[in-house]
Amino acid sequence: MSILIDKDTRVVVQGITGRQGAFHTQLMLDYGTQVVAGTSPGKGGDRVHGVPVFNTVKSAVEASGANCAVLFVPARFAPDAIYEATDAGIEFIVVLTEHIPVLDMIAVRSYLDRKGARMLGPNCPGLITPGQSKVGIIPGDIAVPGRVGVVSRSGTLTYEVVYALSSQGMGQSTCVGIGGDPINGTSFIDVLRLFEADPETEQVIMIGEIGGSDEEEAAQFIKEHMTKPVTAFIAGRTAPPGRTMGHAGAIVQGGSGTAEGKIAALQAAGVQVADHPEQIVALIS
Amino acid sequence: MNLHEYQAKRLFARHGVPIPQGDVAETPDEVRNLTRELGGKVAVKAQVLTGGRGKAGGIKLAGSPDEAEERAKEILGMDIKGYTVRKVLVDQQAPGIAQEIYLAVLIDRAQRLPMMMASAEGGVDIEEVAAKTPEKIFRVHIDPAVGLRSYQTTHLAAGMGLPPELWREFHRLATGLYDTFLANDASLTEINPLVITGENKLLALDGKMSVDDSALPRHPKLAEMRDTSEEPEAEQRARSFGLSYIKLEGNIGCMVNGAGLAMATMDIIKLFGGEPANFLDIGGGTETEGVTGALDIILSDPNVEAILINIFGGIVRCDEVARGIIAALDQVQTDVPMVVRLLGTNAEEGRAILAEAQMETATKLTEAAQKAVAAAEKTRQNR
Repeated sequence: MSILIDKDTRVVVQGITGRQGAFHTQLMLDYGTQVVAGTSPGKGGDRVHGVPVFNTVKSAVEASGANCAVLFVPARFAPDAIYEATDAGIEFIVVLTEHIPVLDMIAVRSYLDRKGARMLGPNCPGLITPGQSKVGIIPGDIAVPGRVGVVSRSGTLTYEVVYALSSQGMGQSTCVGIGGDPINGTSFIDVLRLFEADPETEQVIMIGEIGGSDEEEAAQFIKEHMTKPVTAFIAGRTAPPGRTMGHAGAIVQGGSGTAEGKIAALQAAGVQVADHPEQIVALIS
Repeated sequence: MNLHEYQAKRLFARHGVPIPQGDVAETPDEVRNLTRELGGKVAVKAQVLTGGRGKAGGIKLAGSPDEAEERAKEILGMDIKGYTVRKVLVDQQAPGIAQEIYLAVLIDRAQRLPMMMASAEGGVDIEEVAAKTPEKIFRVHIDPAVGLRSYQTTHLAAGMGLPPELWREFHRLATGLYDTFLANDASLTEINPLVITGENKLLALDGKMSVDDSALPRHPKLAEMRDTSEEPEAEQRARSFGLSYIKLEGNIGCMVNGAGLAMATMDIIKLFGGEPANFLDIGGGTETEGVTGALDIILSDPNVEAILINIFGGIVRCDEVARGIIAALDQVQTDVPMVVRLLGTNAEEGRAILAEAQMETATKLTEAAQKAVAAAEKTRQNR
């Protein structure tokens, strides 16, 4: 078992003919992901690394039975691509695109909720179920199958932690990057709930960062609902207040959203919090 | 992107929010003339992109053109929290102030909706009000598909104890503030204080506004309003390369891909006794040119005694980063030592490219941080 994706997940790549889309389609195929279709308006009938290209997601789904979409689409076309995937009946949409305006995401999220579709991201690296499937851009070779669930607001920091785990022989059930934007599709709590219910996940690592209150809300959830141990790391202890640290969501405002506040909330919920990413491994072993 | 008070208020006014008559000036002479045109009684207000202007003496009242000129001489050129005052807003004084209110629109991340916040405790730091007397702040969430409805502004007005004869006017003004928010992809539109004047009218004495940077491509006119005069040159240059750079006070320059990893890298440098000189996220689509620019920007900071390059390739390919580093070293002469850590997508190719440059490398993050701290120590001894 795993969460969200496994070896049977059938993926359609939106924007498959672009530079990043084509490159990462190859990497996903190499990993064993079932990339069954791609889309690129006007390029229907082409093939990219052997994957058939369609003009629309609807035609791609009809021909291939895809049930998961991943977007390699620039910000100004991304909301359109998400609506398209939703309308084509895709249940799980992975959005890697960064710099989508917040007001667009508010509308997108509200639409997805009404249609019952789940989005991961935006501005996220995707996810990987080691040995089975990866959707997105997480490097496949750093992850190994196992029983640790990983959930993170950051992209590359996720790789860092997964790499540290794997190099100590601790495999992962699924690693999920939820993205660093203020409005996203899947929250820490959503993923924690899935890990709690997944029989193959024994414990969970949660990687947060400054800004917002997602970590504090997750701490409350952990306290009330998680039986499996959770270990955390929070990035941004040295970040100056009032400045956005790269991610649109990573900002300390008027004393809220600080690393200290998040660490305290997590510790109060019985979560061990590491001083640096590599220390996580020592804490869980 | 943050706007100046005068820019925010002009945008508010376009959506029907009443603001005082006034204009911006850059010299005491201009302030004098403006004051005469405005009838003689004005507020002279420093236009800087930071809070606490009043406390710092950047906002002063004047009762005549002569007095306004004197006040302008004091304020122009003044330093407020590291920002030099280059412009003042000269506003006609309100005809008496009966009450000061707080009103703002912002995004509530937890509810995933815009939220309007109001309080009768205006004119002070709203975060203090929120901390000490949270019951005095009233909130309504606005579904963009439904818009701001009059029952919602009634809830706010009644909660604040606003006189009922002002509720209609308050609704119009609140709607204007929300419309400004929507039309400009703002992340904040705020009036503090919104005053009830001696003539029992509402007037936005102050204005604050931030715009969602991601939305600027579809608002070219707003993007042009960015005041870069007080922004460090390095941050402007970084933006032109599509990099996210924030200068800090430390001695170890950082070049990292991804905001989370960049922050974690800064944190671990501090943990091992160093101080990060900057936050720098080279982002996702960076190619050789951006990396060269990034290195050049880091090296332009004279405090930098060592550089830690920490790249975990995903969408970024390590070989492109390596080529950027080599290209930068061809252009810039430097004795600043570098510690390079490349992992992930095309890491081996990247390491092969860097092998000839004979740089210090590391595979573990802790090792990389320790090496960078040690290298900075060595530079300091040699300088």
